[in-house]
Amino acid sequence: MSGALLIRGGRVVDPAQGLDGAFDLLIEDGAVARIEETIDPKSAGGAEVLDASGLVVAAGFIDLHVHLREPGQEYKETVASGTRAAAAGGFTAVACMPNTVPVNDNPSVTGHILSEAARAGWARVYPIAAVSKGLAGQELAEMGELTAAGAVAFSDDGLPVASGELMRRALLYAAHFSAPIVQHAEDLVLTGDGVMHEGEWSTRLGLAGIPGASEDVVVARDLLLAEETGGRYHVAHLSTARSLNLVRTAKARGLPVTCEVTPHHLLLTDRAVADTGFSTDTKMKPPLRAETDREALLAGLADGTVDAIASDHAPHHRDEKDVEFSAAPFGIVGLETTVSLCLDRLVRAGVIGLPRLVELLSTGPAKAFGLPGGTLAPGSPGDVTLLDLERTVTVDPKSFRSKSRNTPFGGWELRGAPAGTILGGRRIDP
Amino acid sequence: MAAPGWNRKDLLGIADLSADEIRLILDTAASFREVAARPIKKVPTLRGKTVINLFFESSTRTRSSFEIAEKRLSADSLNFSTSGSALAKGESLIDTTLNLQAMAPDLIVIRHAHPGVPHMLARRVEAGVINAGDGAHEHPTQALLDAYTIRERKGRIQGLKVAIVGDIEHSRVVRSNIHLLSKLGAEVTLAGPRTMMPVAVERLGVRVAHTLEEAIEGADVVMMLRIQLERQSRTRFPSVREYFRLFGLTAERLALAASDVIVMHPGPMNRGVEIASDVADGPFSVILEQVGNGVAVRMAVLYLCSGAHREAA
Repeated sequence: MSGALLIRGGRVVDPAQGLDGAFDLLIEDGAVARIEETIDPKSAGGAEVLDASGLVVAAGFIDLHVHLREPGQEYKETVASGTRAAAAGGFTAVACMPNTVPVNDNPSVTGHILSEAARAGWARVYPIAAVSKGLAGQELAEMGELTAAGAVAFSDDGLPVASGELMRRALLYAAHFSAPIVQHAEDLVLTGDGVMHEGEWSTRLGLAGIPGASEDVVVARDLLLAEETGGRYHVAHLSTARSLNLVRTAKARGLPVTCEVTPHHLLLTDRAVADTGFSTDTKMKPPLRAETDREALLAGLADGTVDAIASDHAPHHRDEKDVEFSAAPFGIVGLETTVSLCLDRLVRAGVIGLPRLVELLSTGPAKAFGLPGGTLAPGSPGDVTLLDLERTVTVDPKSFRSKSRNTPFGGWELRGAPAGTILGGRRIDP
Repeated sequence: MAAPGWNRKDLLGIADLSADEIRLILDTAASFREVAARPIKKVPTLRGKTVINLFFESSTRTRSSFEIAEKRLSADSLNFSTSGSALAKGESLIDTTLNLQAMAPDLIVIRHAHPGVPHMLARRVEAGVINAGDGAHEHPTQALLDAYTIRERKGRIQGLKVAIVGDIEHSRVVRSNIHLLSKLGAEVTLAGPRTMMPVAVERLGVRVAHTLEEAIEGADVVMMLRIQLERQSRTRFPSVREYFRLFGLTAERLALAASDVIVMHPGPMNRGVEIASDVADGPFSVILEQVGNGVAVRMAVLYLCSGAHREAA
């Protein structure tokens, strides 16, 4: 057994190479060695053979936005449980946010996360380190030390980089490391005590609203700063039509700007808060927006403005969520629902084609953060996501590998599901 | 007193009631109204039923009104408020709820600062749940007593022009009233500072006027809302003086309304802020009638939600 894996008979969808058809794929020494119409197993030197007939074979999916909660909040999630959830959900890599306890603003925390990830072995983990020490929004974190320890990007996510001065310096300084600044775009003063999108449904429900402008004014400011500094800027969980337009315009002018959207902002609106009778699983930041915003995001997927779909997997314990709507923490889990939601409600529904979805879940994320992978071209990491487009699943939170269950998608029946992941040529069985 | 049209254990809001259900409550209230005129103000309707008044937010008039209604129906009632309760010790709302449920009450009347709490409670307990105000969401019994008062004075609600003026955004009373008055065919017009007008409120089927004068011109009913001075941040309006100048109801402005207009206020009033004293105490005011009708309406709601009408049938 050479550790080689031959994946035969599948439909390879690799938009990075413009491939969509029947190909065999040979992975050797952790990397893609050959991709050909037919690879004779005899020529593959005793490689293990995986029969992928009836399945889609894609470059390993990368989720740019997850909260693994370790160190510090292991009762919500750990690196091991979160990456196992990732593998179960069809992801071979995740980028994890630094709002842990303590904050990932120093190389020892980064190192801890990476060693836990290696020990668990379910998926690759790319730590996103803090922009500012302690997420306090004052002093820059040691970006050079953090990059050396393995950080791939910088963010104060959970909180915005509120200060224009800090954002400007961060964009300038992070350019030394070619790392993007990932912004949780929110003006906390405009948000006030808001708990859901400000619109018809906040008016009906009497809940304090978070206006779309809370996101838009920060994106607008940051794009001006990105243009001035030449820094790489990435908008996390973009949720409004106006912010999307700002990004679209910035891209048209050639700025190195990227953005991600979440499945929940693509599939749900603020109305869900009413329809679920104030379920706290419809409470997250940014909030579920208006139907016009949702439609704009769908258009942004189709026209190429959106670079990545990311889950913003935000586990919370049941005891924390099972409280008054206004008192509940923001956030929902997503690692184990994203792929099926996208296959059923985006691809099957005709919003985008399968190659575009694969791009949004692999090539796009890899490019946005400068990560390996995102393609099955020879020499790329041997990371593969297998999809079964015909399998129907019913979302059952009790079956999640994640430690948390906070999802608004429980009970949804979806056609299309992940059928396994391969990590560096190794089959993962989460 | 058969009430076959009522099959709910809870009254959580007006939004999900039908016009027939609303009329049923109002008709039932009318039958209880005369109890207040008796020398012995008590009927045995809810004898042996236990009602818990669960007030997480301070309230004098609503809680007193419910208590009197409960006593007049011969229910056994218990007041549970935040001060001195388990909540002060950090117990979760769910745990408090489950503990109360274990005592097997028949009805829980709840007031809470957070929208949706009565709904959350109703899903977890067997007792009927009556919303006595959840944040800025709904205050159904207030809207019902307002409707009762309007119907008693005007003989109808259909086709009436109703102006509601003040802090629309933070008012649970206005949301319940919009739903109720629209369902019964009134035309509702809102007025207030644009900084206190919730976005897209027109989607609830109301008109928004730019000025107080525009709203009350020809109105059959003018409902003034309390400005919650203690809760306002100073970016909503610059001063009380200016508020009164723009949106205070004076006798002069009231002359724009219909000649038989009635003036309402859910209380407690800020005299000289949203309403001038001569209007509040004047001939068009029905503010104290509202309070009296509140007891009868709450008796009706308690009776219907208790299921006593089904047991009697």
